[in-house]
Amino acid sequence: MKAPKFNYVKAESRSHALQLLDELGEDGRIIAGGQSLMPTLNMRLSQPDTLIDINKIPDLGGITLDGNIVRIGALTRHVEVANSPVVAEHLPLIAEAMPHVAHHAVRNRGTIGGSVALADPAAEMPACVLALGGTMVVESVNGSREIAAEDYFHGLYETARETNELLVELRIPAKKTGDISVFMELAQRHGDYAMAGLACVARINGNAFEGLRLVYFGSEDKPTLASKAVSAVIGQAWSEECKEAATKALEDDLDPMANLQGSSAMKLHLQKVLTGRALDTAIERAEAA
Amino acid sequence: MSEATMEISLSVNGEQVARTVPVRQHLVDFLRTEMGLTGSHLGCEHGVCGACSVRVDGAVVRGCLMLAVQADGAEVVTVEGLTQTGEVADLQENFVNRNAMQCGYCTPGMLITASELLRDPKPVTRAEIRDHLSGNFCRCTGYHAIVDAVEMTLNKRLEEG
Ligand SMILES: Cc1cc2nc3c(=O)[nH]c(=O)nc-3n(C[C@H](O)[C@H](O)[C@H](O)COP(=O)(O)OP(=O)(O)OC[C@H]3O[C@@H](n4cnc5c(N)ncnc54)[C@H](O)[C@@H]3O)c2cc1C
Ligand code: FES
Ligand code: FES
Repeated sequence: MKAPKFNYVKAESRSHALQLLDELGEDGRIIAGGQSLMPTLNMRLSQPDTLIDINKIPDLGGITLDGNIVRIGALTRHVEVANSPVVAEHLPLIAEAMPHVAHHAVRNRGTIGGSVALADPAAEMPACVLALGGTMVVESVNGSREIAAEDYFHGLYETARETNELLVELRIPAKKTGDISVFMELAQRHGDYAMAGLACVARINGNAFEGLRLVYFGSEDKPTLASKAVSAVIGQAWSEECKEAATKALEDDLDPMANLQGSSAMKLHLQKVLTGRALDTAIERAEAA
Repeated sequence: MSEATMEISLSVNGEQVARTVPVRQHLVDFLRTEMGLTGSHLGCEHGVCGACSVRVDGAVVRGCLMLAVQADGAEVVTVEGLTQTGEVADLQENFVNRNAMQCGYCTPGMLITASELLRDPKPVTRAEIRDHLSGNFCRCTGYHAIVDAVEMTLNKRLEEG
C-alpha cells in the first residue's frame, strides 16, 4: 500500500528538531532510519501529521569511548555499530547481538536510537542496553535528562521518553576486565525479530556465578530482567541441578505473550532452553578467558 | 490534507535529475513512475522481501522504506545502472548459467544485494552468502541456484584478483 498524506520537514540541527517537536506535539513524528516507521506508514497503521526527518542533523551519530562509558549517538546506523572496533572491544554483548538485528540492507539504514525509541519487545538492542545497565539521554526545548534503562522501558512500544523529547545518545558502561557476556536468540528466519532471546552479563569465579544479569526479550511486553532465575544461580557451583533450578525459577520471572510465532508455553520453553545454553556458554567463555 | 510536495535533485545511475515529488512518495515509486526505471520491484512495500533493493550513496537499502525526498542530494544506483556499467555482468551471466532466476521478480534485488559482497571480494562461506541474502525473498528457485551463482562469481573474481 501507499503512505497516507503527511507533511515533511527536514530538521537542520538538534535545536531545530527540538523546536519542531515542541511546536507540533502529538502531530509530529520523528523519522530516523525509517525501517520501522515506513512499514507502518505504507500499511497505513500510523498517520502522523508531520514527519520530522532527523537524518541530516550533523552531530547525532557516532561512537566514542569516554572514560569507561561508550557513547553512541542516536542516529548511528546499525551497520556502524556492527563494524565499530570500539563496540567490538568494549561492548562485546552488542557486537554479538548486532548480526541478529534485521537484514543487511535494513542495518544499512536503521539506527540504534530508532530501535531504542521504538522499544519493540522482540528487539535486540533494548535488551542489550538493559543488560548492560545503560542510560538514555533525551533532550527537549527545556533541557536534557538521563534515564536509566531500568526506568526507561515501560511496556509495549512505551518508554519514559515524552513526545517533545528527542533521544540523542545512549551511554553504556564499557566491559570491565573479567566480565563475560553472551547473547542468544531464536528466530524463524535469520534477521527476523526474535521468538525468544536473552542477553546475559556475568561475573564468574571458578565455576560459580558471582554476578549475573539476565534480560529476556521476545516474550514479555518489554525487555525483562529476571531475578528469580538469577537467585537460583548466584553463588552455586554451576551444574545440571543448578541449571534445572534456574530454568524452573524462570517460570516465576516470565509470563510470555503469545503471538503468531508461538504460544506462551512454547515461548517459555524456548527461553528455558536458551537460559541453559547461555549459562553453559558463559562458563565456557570464562574458562577460555 | 492537500498533497505536500518538495523539489529534489539527485543523481540516478550517474545522471543528475531534478523533480518535484509528493513528500509521501517512496524512492521506488519515484524511480518507476518518474524515471521509468522499472527494474526495482515492489513486492511487499513493508521491508520484508527485498525486491525493491537499490543502492543509495554506496549502500544497499530498501527502496520502499525510504522517501524520495530523503534521496535529495544522494547518488542512487538501480539494477539498470549496475547493468549499464557492467559491474555485475559476470554475476548476471552466472544467474543464467545456474538457472538462478525463474519468474525474475526477486532478481534485481538479489543482484544489487549480492553486488555488495562482490565489490570488495573476500573469501566467504555459503552460509555467509545465505546470511547476506537473508533479507531477500525468492518464491521460485529455492535459493540454492542463487547461492551457487553468487559463489561462482565471487570465486572467479578472487581467482582473477
Ligand atoms: C524486514 C525487517 C526486519 C527487521 N528485523 C529486526 C530485528 O530482528 N530486530 C530489530 O531490533 N529490529 C528489526 N527491524 C527494525 C529495524 O531495526 C529498525 O531500524 C529499528 O527498529 C528502528 O530504527 P529506525 O532508525 O529505522 O527508526 P524509525 O523507523 O525511523 O523510527 C522508529 C520509531 O522511533 C522513533 N524515533 C526514531 N529515532 C528517534 C529519536 N532519536 N528520538 C525519538 N524518537 C525516535 C520514531 O518516531 C518512530 O516512532 C526490522 C525491520 C525490517 C524492515
Ligand atoms: S517491496 Fe521493499 S522490501 Fe518488499
Ligand atoms: S525467481 Fe521468482 S521470486 Fe525469485
